[in-house]
This record gives sequence, structure tokens and C-alpha cells, in this order.
Amino acid sequence: MSHRFIPLTSVEEKEMLQASGVERFEDLIQAIPQHLRLARPLDVPPAMSEMALSREVRRLAQKNKGLSELVSFLGMGWSKHFIPAAVDTIVSRSEFTTAYTPYQAEASQGSLQQIFEYQTMVAEIAGCEVSNASLYDGATALVEGLIMASACTKNRKGFALASSLNPRYREVAQTYSSSNGWTFHDVAWTSGEGALDRKAAEKVLTENVGKIAALVVQTPNTFGLLEDLEGLADLCKAAGAVLLVVSDPLSNLLVDPPGVFGADIVVGEMHALGVPTSLGGPALGYLATWKKHLRQMPGRVVGRTLDAEGKRAYCLTAQTREQHIRREKATSNICSNQGLMTVAASVYMALQGPKGLEEVAEQCATRLAYVRNGLAKAGIKPLFAGVPFQEQAFRLPAGSRARVEAACRTAGLLPGVWLSDLMPNVPTETILVCTSETHTKQDLDLLVSILSSAGGAA
Amino acid sequence: MLHDDTGRTLFEKSHPGQRGTGEIEWDVPRGGIDSLIPAKFRRKKAPRLPELSEGEVVRHFTNLSSKNHHIDKGFYPLGSCTMKYNPKVHETLARLAGFASLHPLQPADTIQGALELMWRLEHMLAEISGMDAVSLQPAAGAHGELTALLVVRAYHLSRGEDRRKVLIPDSAHGTNPASAAIAGFECVTIKSAPDGRVDVEDLKSKLSSDVAAFMMTNPNTVGLFETRVEEICAACHSVGAQVYMDGANLNALVGITRPGDLGFDVMHFNLHKTFTTPHGGGGPGCGPIGVKSHLSAFLPSPRVENRDGKFTLAKPSTSIGPVHGAFGNFLIMVRAYAYILAMGPSGLAQVGRTAVLNANYLHQKIKAGMACKYDGPYMHEFVLDGSILKTMGLHTSDFAKRLMDFGVYAPTIYFPLIVPEAMMIEPTETESRETLDRFAEIFLEVLRECKDDPELVHTAPHNLPLKRVDDVKAAKDLVLTHPFD
Repeated sequence: MSHRFIPLTSVEEKEMLQASGVERFEDLIQAIPQHLRLARPLDVPPAMSEMALSREVRRLAQKNKGLSELVSFLGMGWSKHFIPAAVDTIVSRSEFTTAYTPYQAEASQGSLQQIFEYQTMVAEIAGCEVSNASLYDGATALVEGLIMASACTKNRKGFALASSLNPRYREVAQTYSSSNGWTFHDVAWTSGEGALDRKAAEKVLTENVGKIAALVVQTPNTFGLLEDLEGLADLCKAAGAVLLVVSDPLSNLLVDPPGVFGADIVVGEMHALGVPTSLGGPALGYLATWKKHLRQMPGRVVGRTLDAEGKRAYCLTAQTREQHIRREKATSNICSNQGLMTVAASVYMALQGPKGLEEVAEQCATRLAYVRNGLAKAGIKPLFAGVPFQEQAFRLPAGSRARVEAACRTAGLLPGVWLSDLMPNVPTETILVCTSETHTKQDLDLLVSILSSAGGAA
Repeated sequence: MLHDDTGRTLFEKSHPGQRGTGEIEWDVPRGGIDSLIPAKFRRKKAPRLPELSEGEVVRHFTNLSSKNHHIDKGFYPLGSCTMKYNPKVHETLARLAGFASLHPLQPADTIQGALELMWRLEHMLAEISGMDAVSLQPAAGAHGELTALLVVRAYHLSRGEDRRKVLIPDSAHGTNPASAAIAGFECVTIKSAPDGRVDVEDLKSKLSSDVAAFMMTNPNTVGLFETRVEEICAACHSVGAQVYMDGANLNALVGITRPGDLGFDVMHFNLHKTFTTPHGGGGPGCGPIGVKSHLSAFLPSPRVENRDGKFTLAKPSTSIGPVHGAFGNFLIMVRAYAYILAMGPSGLAQVGRTAVLNANYLHQKIKAGMACKYDGPYMHEFVLDGSILKTMGLHTSDFAKRLMDFGVYAPTIYFPLIVPEAMMIEPTETESRETLDRFAEIFLEVLRECKDDPELVHTAPHNLPLKRVDDVKAAKDLVLTHPFD
């Protein structure tokens, strides 16, 4: 009768029913019309012991080939990084895992101070004043950024979107667009550099006077290339729009962050700082901005204050933006976010410090350069001439894809993302290669050798 | 005292030059950053991140963790949040490299186990809820609400109808109207009747061919089953409106009745509530949605399909498109799958049953001290009316703070809005009679203190790491990051 998660014997149940003033359990659920009650057991597998269910779940895990078995150069928003053991040690603490949103500050100072520190580190990396307490992932962070940009511009509904935006992010934004009445104006990339075409951006902004809420640029963009953000904020300002930048936080250890260039809203995916790729979730979306835009910011935020005795304290604050207070007038519907992932990122960033993070970023970029140099020897060139960080699109000879894929399958290697599968206007044999500090020289040599031979001129 | 209880941040403990990780080996030529990234792009001012040793970092966060109340330590009767015990094996399984190391863009033939798990979980949730199809993609309950409303909109549009209104009871969670607004709908509030349930006459008077959906929480937020649910669904369906069930309170129904059998067209699940995945201090959650067959073509893409044991990903042209950058919070799905296997039909049958019994048992023990606005019996939770506290010069917030002095977390307070000085208590099925008895004693003790020594309650807490936190000052001064300067 009793179950290992339910501490109730049949004797106790009987006594508790009596104490509740009823004879039978059915007396407690009279509000449910008899004919609507389930008259049969649920059709799910019989209850399993911990041993049996572990066996079943492990069977499924073993059916996958993870990044620990395959040599993978997949990127496009997710990259594999080494995570020090101390991160999971802290993340596994039940004080963090089994608590909930810190509504009662006095019994939740641990999570609150941790989020406050996370906000500080995110704002520092993005070059902004404030950050919220997290969003679901990079793609939904972009959507929240679009909603926010609209609110910052008296409900303008038009967006100038760089065509070099992550295509999945673009798709998610599209899902939300019909209901919000959003219009997307594509801003092309330049043919040589693969960078945002400024003239095209300016054209969208000036041709749609009073309609564009934001110019949306991603850096590094989907080709892995850094965007020059200088002057974009002014361009937006002149059109009454805001500048929304999707930025990879790891790149911002090496590269000036969007906040420095006056970006109004900075969003992106932060899993690379301490969270495993996990098939893309749980991920960690972030959003950083400025105090002047705080009233339009989505999500929870923690502030510092004092307790009744003047001791330093932390609590959820600026809540008049949020759904539980403002209901249909809230800046966002978000409630649960990615709390535990912010613990992971906080511990990771604290362990690495500025020097450690910068070194990881340098490792990523250096390993990409090693691949680039190797491929150049076989005559394989980048698709564009722009400056990459840890990811870059390479153009393989026409008709080589099948050979590359066959060779990779044999070698247990995932060479990267075939860009034309996901993006229009990209040559079919373009592969997006992402490197990180986890790739050994041997891994890199294997990739270069396969792409060079199978992908070399036929 | 050496133990750090000062709220000092990582940034104040930082000593420049230190770090908590070692330098990574270089097995490829290191040309330096300047050779890779031109000066015009380079970061000019390093971010002011902390500089600490590994041990210092671990100690900092361990000390922080000790300041959290959490389920493993004690009772957490936070109504509407279903704070039940989180089994430990789930944590082990979710960390298996075969799950945690997967990349979302891997070819489908390398993630067959993950796709099979998602496919199986979808079908289990469909069976438990009586729905025909499930999408696991939404990352939390509110995300599920929004996704469901986008599905409903797509359904109406496919029939040539651009319906503008969503009806929402005044007792609903704030996420309902917020999600409806973000999905582009106009929100219309439906009153609660004197018994705490939906005012069906008010609902009927507001139904029209412009209504896209009625969002209903069942059991509702005062812990009552909506007895007239069939009549409500029929009335909505008669004007072509869809009926949405907010599944925040699904725990009460598990094994007892199924939303699909009650007449709902669409709903969301909170895997972090009903299916006991850990709440993580505010996520990650997982908010799958279930729909009846007429809505299934519109579910988010990609969809997992099972072709004779080979699992593939499909993008139906009728889909609303993706709502997440990948598949949703996958590792949360792993935990929920393990939970359903652990429970089986016999265990699941006890979930709703025991959750309901525990709530009514606890209510019976404390009702002499404080009453509910609405009469029970209740489902999985009950909402006390704390108005009596005002006669003692106190508020529900004071009462909640004092409860925490006794080693329990506070109930959800000031929600739902239709109950004055509300205190919402949800014990869940994983609490023992001993815990419920002890909580009842504490509750009545605090109530006695309210009468005998109101100042003690007014100045609570007294036994926690901090005294009462000044949230007014926090909102006024808005210190949202560490002030370095």
C-alpha cells in the first residue's frame, strides 16, 4: 500500500480519514461528479524499484552517442566546455536544488545573494548596468528582448533583424510574431565580410519612420564572425529605436561587450559558462540592460537592502513589472526561470575569474585558428573574410558533402553544422565548425584531415 | 565568528591575481589574442569578476546554501507550488553522460535514446491527463500557457476565425492574464461565485463567437474542484471557444480523474510540481502542454515521431513553429520519466489521493484557529482567510514570518486575490502525519502568540539568519548589482 515516496500506511490513512471527519476517501472528493472519476488504473508501466528504473533509464542513455563518445564540432549557440567538479558539487546541494523562488527573503538569503552576484557578473560581462535573474534560453531571451524593445518604444511593432541571426532564434521569434503583430525586416549581410550591411540597416530604419522598435544584431553572428557595433546605437537612436544585441558572453571576455557600444538590451545564451549542453536544455538565457529601461525589463530581479537590524540583506524587488502583480499588464509572463543554472554559472565564473575565462576564450579562438590554418593548406577557405571567435563557416568543394559525412561516420566525428540545411542563401557545401578548449590537437588534426581529404577537390 | 553571515559578496572577498582554476595545457601553437582578434574589437576594460581560489569559492557558496530553507531540510507548504520530495536517483540519472553531453543539433540517429524517452514521456503524460497529444517543449508553466494559447489561436485561424478574447477567472494565477496578453489576446475577467468556484452565469454572459478560450485552473486556486466543469466546457464549446486547464494544481487529480475526461481541450503540466523535478530555487521547470486531437496539428515543432522503433523529428507545416531554442528542458524530462516509472499505476493512484487527504487532515487540525473563506472539503490545498489577524494589529505577512522561526517555510501569501490576507497551504502527499501534526501545533502556537504577544510576531523572524528584510527600501533604492565604486 505505501510507496517509498509516500509516507502513509493504510492504518494511518484510515485514522487520518476519521480525523478529517469522513469515513471513506470518496467523501472528500464528492465535488468530482462520480461519472468523471477514473474507474481504472492508469495505463503506464508497473511501478519499478530504483534498480529497475535506473536500468531502464540507463538503457536510453546508452542508446545515445554523446559528446563524450563522439568528437564533435557542432556549435551554433551551444558548445561543449570543461566544467570543474566544484560546479556540480555546489549545484547538487539540495539547499539550492530543493528550494523554490525566494519569495520569503529571510529563509532564502542563499539563493538571493547568489542571484545578486550572478546579476552583477552578467552585467559586468555584457557591459551594462543591470541583469535579470535569468530567462529560459537564448532563443526565448531574444523574444523577451523584442517584447521589451517594443515596450521601450511605445509599442512599435517592426524589427530590423540581421539575416545572420541564429536561424533557430529567428524561427522562435517568428512563432511569437503573429500574435504580437510583429513585422520583421531582414537586414542582409555583406557579401565579402559576412557582417551586417549597415546601409541596408539604415535603409530599413529610415524607410519605416516611427515603426521600427529595434535593430537586432547577433555577435558573433551565425557565421561565427564578430560584428562591429560601433555607431549602431546612434543609428537606432536617430530612428527612435533601440539596439538589441544577441551576444555570446564568452566572446565578451576578448571582445568589447555590446554595452560599451550603447546597446540598450543585450540577450543571449549563457550555458557555456558552467552548464552542460544537455540536448539544449536546461540552458541559460540572460538579459542585461540599463536602469533607464528597468520598468520594461522582463523577469525576476534581486536587490540589496537591509534587515530590521541594519544587516545587509537581499530580496526580490522591482516586482511591480511582474505577472503576479500586474497580471495582463506585466512586462512578461515569466515566473519560473532557470534558477539552478544561474548557480552553475555563478560558481563557474567565480572559479575562473576574469583571467580563467579569458584563457578559455583564447583557447577556443586559438584552436579554431589551428583548424583554419590546416584547412587552408588543403585549399579550403572560410566562407567570409570576417573575424571569427570560436566558430567559423568554411566552404567545401561542391559535391563533397556525402564523402565528408561518410568519412566522419567511420571516424565517430561530427564535423559541424551544415549551414545550408538551416539558412537560406548559403552555399550548399558550407560547414560551420565550432572549437573549444575541450578539443585536443588530435581532435583538430582528425577534423582537418577528414575535411581536407574527403572535402578536398574531387 | 568565522562563519560568514555578513552577506559579503564574492566581489568583496576577491583578491586580484588569484584564480580557482589552473591554466589549461597548450598542445597547439599559442599565437596570443592579438594575433587572432584585431585591436578595434578587443575588450578594453576587463569585467570585474571575483578572483578566488577553488576552496574559497566552494566555501562561499556552501555558506550561502546554509541560508536557504529547502525541502530536504523541512516542510515547505508553499501553496500552488507542490513542493514535494525530490527523489535522489533522478539527479544521478539526469547527469548520465548519455544525456547531459548531448548537443541539440546532433543527427537524430545519435540521439535515439533521448528521442525515445521524450516520445514515451509524451505518451505517459497523455495517458495520465486524458489528452491525445503532448508537446514537451515549453520550459516552464507560464511558457506552456503561452504556447497553448498560440496553438489555440492557430486552430481558430485555420478555421478562418480571428477570435480576440480570452476569459480568465478572478482567482487565476497572474501568469494566465500575462500569457494571454503576450499571445495577443484581450483578457476578460470572470467573477468567482460565493462558493469560491467559477460564476458560471457570469461566464455564460461573456461567452461569444469572439472568445478564443476560457482558462480555468482545476482544482482552482482556493483548492476546490470545479464541480460544474462539464457544463462550463459545454457552454464554451457551444460558441466554439476552447477550454484550457491550468495544470498547476494537477497533483490533486492524479489517478483520480483526468482533465481530458472532464472536457478540457488543452492544458499545461508543471513537471517541476506534479512530477517532482526539483524547483532549483526558481527553475528550471518544464511546462509541457497536452491537447485533444483537433489541436495536435498545431503543436510546436519539431515533433518526435516513432517509425517502428526508429525515432525521427518532423516539422509539420501546420505547427506554430518552435517556442524554444532546442527541445525544452530535456534533463527535467529525464527526471519526470524516472518518476513515472517509480510510481507506476499503483503509486500514481496514491498521489492525488494522499495529497487530498493530507490537505483535509491538516485543515481539520487548524480550522479552529483560522477559517477558510470558502467551505471544503478541499482538494490538495486550502486557503485561509487571515482577516482575524488584523484585529490583533497584524497581517498575514507577519504570521508567515513567524512560522519560519519554527523551521518551516511560509505558505503562499496574498494569493489568490479573492481571499483577504490569504494564506495558501499545500502539504503534498510526501509529508508524513507527524509533520502535519507538528505544523498544526506550530500554526496554533503562532496564533496564540498573535493574541498574547503580537509584537513578537510583528517583529518576526527571530531565529533566521536575518531579521525582517526591508523590501520597501530595496524597491526604493534599487541596488541590483554590487556597487564596485
